Amino acid sequence: MSKVKVVQYINQFFAQIGGEEMADYKPEMRDGVVGPGTAFAAAFGDEAEIVATIICGDSYFNENVEEAKKIVLDMVKSKAPDLFIAGPAFNAGRYGVACGTIAAAVQDELKIPVLTGMYKENPGADMFKTKVYVVETKNSAAGMRDAVKKMAPLALKLARGEKIGASCQEGYMPNGVRKNFFEEKRGSSRAIDMMLKKLAGKEFTTEFPMPDFDRVEPNAPVKDMSKATIALVTSGGIVPKGNPDHIESSSASKYGKYDIDGVMDLTEETYETAHGGYDPVYANQDADRVLPVDVLREFEKAGKIGKLHRYFYTTVGNGTAVKSAKAFAAEFSKELVSAGVDAVILTST
Amino acid sequence: MKLTLGYIDIRDIQLSNESKVENGTLYVSADAVKALVMEDENVASVAVDVARPGESVRITPVKDVIEPRVKVEGPGSVFPGMLGKVQTVGSGRTHVLRGCAVVTTGKIVGFQEGVIDMTGPGADYTLFSKLMNLVLVIEPKDGLKQHEHEHTIRMAGLKTAAYLGELARSLKADEEEVFESLSIKESAEKYPNLPRVGYLQMLQSQGLLHDTYVYGVDAKKSLSTIINPTEVMDGAILSGNCVSACDKNTTYHHLNNPVVYDLFRQHGKTLNFAAMMITNENVYLADKERSSDWSAKMAEFLGLDGVIISQEGFGNPDTDLIMNCRKIEEKGIKTVIITDEYAGRDGTSQSLADANPLADAVVTGGNANEVIILPKMDKVIGHLEAVETIAGGFAGNIRPDGSIEVELQVITGATNEVGFGTLSAR
Amino acid sequence: MVKEIERAGIPVVHVCTVTPISMTVGANRIVPAIAIPHPLGNPALTMEEEKTIRRHILEKALNALETPVTEQTIFE
Repeated sequence: MSKVKVVQYINQFFAQIGGEEMADYKPEMRDGVVGPGTAFAAAFGDEAEIVATIICGDSYFNENVEEAKKIVLDMVKSKAPDLFIAGPAFNAGRYGVACGTIAAAVQDELKIPVLTGMYKENPGADMFKTKVYVVETKNSAAGMRDAVKKMAPLALKLARGEKIGASCQEGYMPNGVRKNFFEEKRGSSRAIDMMLKKLAGKEFTTEFPMPDFDRVEPNAPVKDMSKATIALVTSGGIVPKGNPDHIESSSASKYGKYDIDGVMDLTEETYETAHGGYDPVYANQDADRVLPVDVLREFEKAGKIGKLHRYFYTTVGNGTAVKSAKAFAAEFSKELVSAGVDAVILTST
Repeated sequence: MKLTLGYIDIRDIQLSNESKVENGTLYVSADAVKALVMEDENVASVAVDVARPGESVRITPVKDVIEPRVKVEGPGSVFPGMLGKVQTVGSGRTHVLRGCAVVTTGKIVGFQEGVIDMTGPGADYTLFSKLMNLVLVIEPKDGLKQHEHEHTIRMAGLKTAAYLGELARSLKADEEEVFESLSIKESAEKYPNLPRVGYLQMLQSQGLLHDTYVYGVDAKKSLSTIINPTEVMDGAILSGNCVSACDKNTTYHHLNNPVVYDLFRQHGKTLNFAAMMITNENVYLADKERSSDWSAKMAEFLGLDGVIISQEGFGNPDTDLIMNCRKIEEKGIKTVIITDEYAGRDGTSQSLADANPLADAVVTGGNANEVIILPKMDKVIGHLEAVETIAGGFAGNIRPDGSIEVELQVITGATNEVGFGTLSAR
Repeated sequence: MVKEIERAGIPVVHVCTVTPISMTVGANRIVPAIAIPHPLGNPALTMEEEKTIRRHILEKALNALETPVTEQTIFE
């Protein structure tokens, strides 16, 4: 296996150029290792070589981001490395933000695998942990050995394109991508351990941090319902009998668009549910219980609504990934908009 | 309540002309088992097969897995209210044929039965690949309605497990373990300095193939209540569901509930396992509110310091889970919840349908959407084509070389939420 | 899906049983339904009684669509 070529980015302090007074140091590239690079080189052994180190002042970077990025990217490009390492920045805020920013830029624009490291409270951590791998380090340079120990093996894996395991196995901060792995102890035992820690007021780590959900501003209401076109959408899996498009009973990979022009009522002979997550008997007997076409047709006839849109959209909401459902809806919403639909009734089971 | 479990280790199953246990081998008369199962006129045919760890065998669609047990001393018999008479179990002595199980399969009932591979990568995701399995392939008579079909298979599995368990009645146990749950007063007096920890088990109760039975009572019809943890060891709680094979609690999981066993093993040492409660996961919002209010009320009344909550299933039950957690936390009682995740095939979607910042201590059984290729097995017991329609499968997922592409969702017990497995995610 | 439809600029009402999930996930207009397997029906009743329920829920849904809201609102 050929040696992995690495370029490392560090700040003026770790390059031993100076402290705050030298924070405006312009980017400079030197051959080989500088400062912490020595420790990394030792950890890499014969597997990798740091061919160049780029030094940049934290103030210079943060005050001239676009320019600094361009200069550093050109420097990295000129060395054509297999891997780029930034930091580790420990708890130095501007350094952490610089590391995250430049690592993300190298990854996105030069398509080279990148790795950085910092303390969990470094502002750069929250900003970048979902964009690049950020190894969790201690909060000061006294944790350099610990940082190198975690970063070096992960760096080699990234450079070689090997499969990256779960965050707790590889040492990076959880980045929103859930990865399965096998623990030593079974779940019940881990639950008891966690409970004992929690009861004793000791620190423990949850295996799944609760998410924040983003919000969307509500749209203005429909002005004149008697003239409005209303469309029906459902996650309850209502499909024409026989499920012609084979929408899956769980983890749906697709949605269906079906024409109900002239259909006044959904019957046991014509419609069914594909959804495997609830007792299907009632929906199969009368799919209007999930997709209320019959009553909306009544409303249409009575002039309560202008018209029921001719197509309905359906998918199965059973264990279907949020990202998939989001993508389906983003796609068919475009059709709803161009068809001049005024409002949507979305039913779920 | 004090229950002694006598474990008789089974290292092999052999079909034979006589049913008995000898030197660690379970000999089964297939004819006797067939006759037993055929007592139900809804059964058109039944085949009996054996699947051993390491064999190139795939069993699908799996409905339930049951461990053979028999009550040797003490009131009642196993699976009270369902097979046995309604009588409180959980005390005395029970024998367990450890290392084996009855697995039911046959024509698919609904969408969410499972797969058990006895070897290969799939075997790592299910504890059932490590057991000697007696497999019943039960085909229903034509025109049988789904609710009746499920009932028929359920009863057949329980009857067979009880029949096999009976063979252990007079045997000498290879190992014994004693479990004793004390009354509230007794445990408080005996362990005044240990934290009072309870277990709240959530039971799936949403209708066809989503039901659980407690002493024969459909859990959806019950208010949340207290149960002695040793009662589950005699089959007081059993499965009528397949809520996606990966997180369905089979009857085997109920009999061997790891939260119960692990809490008992810490009881008197690091904690006081003060109480076990059960609650349901119903389809009406009012029921969810009522059941979770009740659980929180009980936890407070029982003076618990902490409650471990296990879920069954996913989707709308995530709301029951979060309600139970939040309401108990709001009483000042600490919770740890055990769940699993549906984070999409790439692991980036939100894992649970509901959330709350108070749920800060979570144990996960892993992401059920992760895709795995299960290689071709030499033998399939059951119906392979089921893998296209069961939850976690999809049309066309059986490849020309016989391997199948599926989500972990299809593997029975893969992401189990009573914490049986070691699979997790970060 | 509700949020994506909202994002596209179309007012949308979510008719569902488990309203807490709808709240957590962020739907703005929510109408509670009857039960998970039959959100707009009730097999224990007659067809006519069921239709009455369905009309009632849909009227609430239309009402929700005609009502301006500034934050998440459940239309009971």
